[in-house]
Amino acid sequence: MADASTSAKGDLKLANVTKSFGEFTAVDDLSLVIPEGSFFALLGPSGCGKTTTLRMIAGLEVPTAGTIHVGNTDITDMRPYKRPVNTVFQNYALFPHLSIFENVAFGLRRRGIKDVKEQVDKVLNLVELPHLAERKPTQLSGGQQQRIAVARAIVNRPALLLLDEPLGALDLKLRRQMQIELKWIQTEVGLTFVHVTHDQEEAMTMADTIAVMNEGRIEQMGSPADLYDNPKTAFVANFLGQSNLIQGKIVDSDGDSHVVDLYGQKVSVLKRRTVAKDSSVLFGIRPEKLRIQPDSHDKPGNVLTGGKISDVSYIGVSTQYQVEMPWGQEIMVFEQNDDGVPPLDKGDEVRLSWEPIFSFALDGNEDATAGVDVEPEAE
Amino acid sequence: MKKLSRWFGKNLIRIYMVLGFTYLFIPILYTIVFSFNDYIKSNLVWRGFTWHNWQTPCGVPNICSDLGNSLKIGLIATFVATILGTLIAFALGRYAFKGRPAVNTLIFLPMASPELVLGASLLTIFINLGFNLGFWTIVIAHVMFCISFVVVTVKARIASLDPRLEQAAMDLYANERETFRRITFPLVAPGIAGAALLAFSLSFDDFIITNFNSGTVETFPLFVYHNAERGLPAQANVIGSSMFLIALIIVLAGQIVSRKRKIA
Repeated sequence: MADASTSAKGDLKLANVTKSFGEFTAVDDLSLVIPEGSFFALLGPSGCGKTTTLRMIAGLEVPTAGTIHVGNTDITDMRPYKRPVNTVFQNYALFPHLSIFENVAFGLRRRGIKDVKEQVDKVLNLVELPHLAERKPTQLSGGQQQRIAVARAIVNRPALLLLDEPLGALDLKLRRQMQIELKWIQTEVGLTFVHVTHDQEEAMTMADTIAVMNEGRIEQMGSPADLYDNPKTAFVANFLGQSNLIQGKIVDSDGDSHVVDLYGQKVSVLKRRTVAKDSSVLFGIRPEKLRIQPDSHDKPGNVLTGGKISDVSYIGVSTQYQVEMPWGQEIMVFEQNDDGVPPLDKGDEVRLSWEPIFSFALDGNEDATAGVDVEPEAE
Repeated sequence: MKKLSRWFGKNLIRIYMVLGFTYLFIPILYTIVFSFNDYIKSNLVWRGFTWHNWQTPCGVPNICSDLGNSLKIGLIATFVATILGTLIAFALGRYAFKGRPAVNTLIFLPMASPELVLGASLLTIFINLGFNLGFWTIVIAHVMFCISFVVVTVKARIASLDPRLEQAAMDLYANERETFRRITFPLVAPGIAGAALLAFSLSFDDFIITNFNSGTVETFPLFVYHNAERGLPAQANVIGSSMFLIALIIVLAGQIVSRKRKIA
């Protein structure tokens, strides 16, 4: 059959896609290109528009405005069963009245393929569950159902595989294992995977490229390392891992660095790691990049003095400190337990230091708490 | 004393259960036992055991032709009510249209109205329209009151159906018709079957509405009513017991099948 469900190939392009439900804009003028063969993650909190975006690509929602293309084929208004797209649904949506074999064969049979056995067996082998072919979905564990849902989708060799929170229902250990397996399957079959998740660790582990979404827009897009090391907004800095964001002012320039005043103490940040509209900045530093010493020590690099430990949690590989600064803000510090020095105590006077290349500066007019404590996925 | 109260505390639920089931089953047991009664004229006093009633279930005038009427009416009414009710249930369960909340409420009205009122109103309508009372007026009346029960039963099944299953089917290249045939219908079918059984038992059982609209046609419940004054023949007990046993077998078979499915 020469319809789009088999012939369309190429990059996925969303151009100016908007989706409104009445007054509410779920996706707001979204444009992005997902290269063929990549593992792409849409990451964001509940209600950020990521699932709506996925459903528009699948054809389960029609955009209010904008276009969606696979290669040169416009799929914006195409019925879901005509698209070269298959979905792994949240909670899997396996057909309860059909055997595992028939579940996996469903897409092939609908496209009029008579001899499905070889392809179904092959994909069941790929997910390592060939012995469950005759069972019903309810007789499978959560992890097994998840793998069957993946098998049911990839057996069709779609141009695009969409994964909607595919690991949300699994426990932590199984989730880790499935993350590795999904990544392996993607490399094995070479399809484009678009993965929607609220779990930043899941996105970082699997995806080549992550788009962080918030309130219907893409905040920032890049490789996991790029997003973590060079956040461009407070939301990304806080949503991906944790960040200490301190209100400051650029007071001077020194070669390729800015000098920033943080409540009277001078520190520096690279100009290329600064995103600021004016002199007001949010000075950012990740907790694991900070070093903590008794206040009498003298260390080169950027230093903030006058801290006082307000909380210590020892968690084996590292010790987490909460340090109260003279201006009242709590700063988080993760210290690796690799130096044989016993952890400092609550109430100790300390200074914090770091290599200047690790710090970044964001627009000072942003809310420093954006993306902190966002609701976990509501299901 | 303390021992006794502790024993009661432990077994209260069991005692309650035994009492409850006794209450429920004594009338049925009575019906079955008295189907073997060697009665003369009136089947009220135990006079001794006989197979005779079970060997001649049609041995009383009209009893089997009336049973035949009930079965025919029941089957036709069930068939029509199940089809119409299922269509309404899909419309209510799947499509948002103007006036849906009103229809959702109105569909309950026939269930909530007193049967006497419904029966009397139907009679008025039939007479005003110049219908001859009989077999088909009974069928029309039965379809009417069965539809609501079918709608409510099937709608509950549709509501419990995860819409993502249909979306998944569409995602896997099934068009609307294929999705309905392969996914929606098979998953709703047990609800439709349950609704049909319910409709049949309601129709087979109905006395009040039927009594208003039957003309000269007699159904099995009407037979029982008309003969109760003169003394009900034990053959009525035979037929009642048979219906009970058939229903029991259907329920047990259903459970065995579903258990097998779970194990397989």
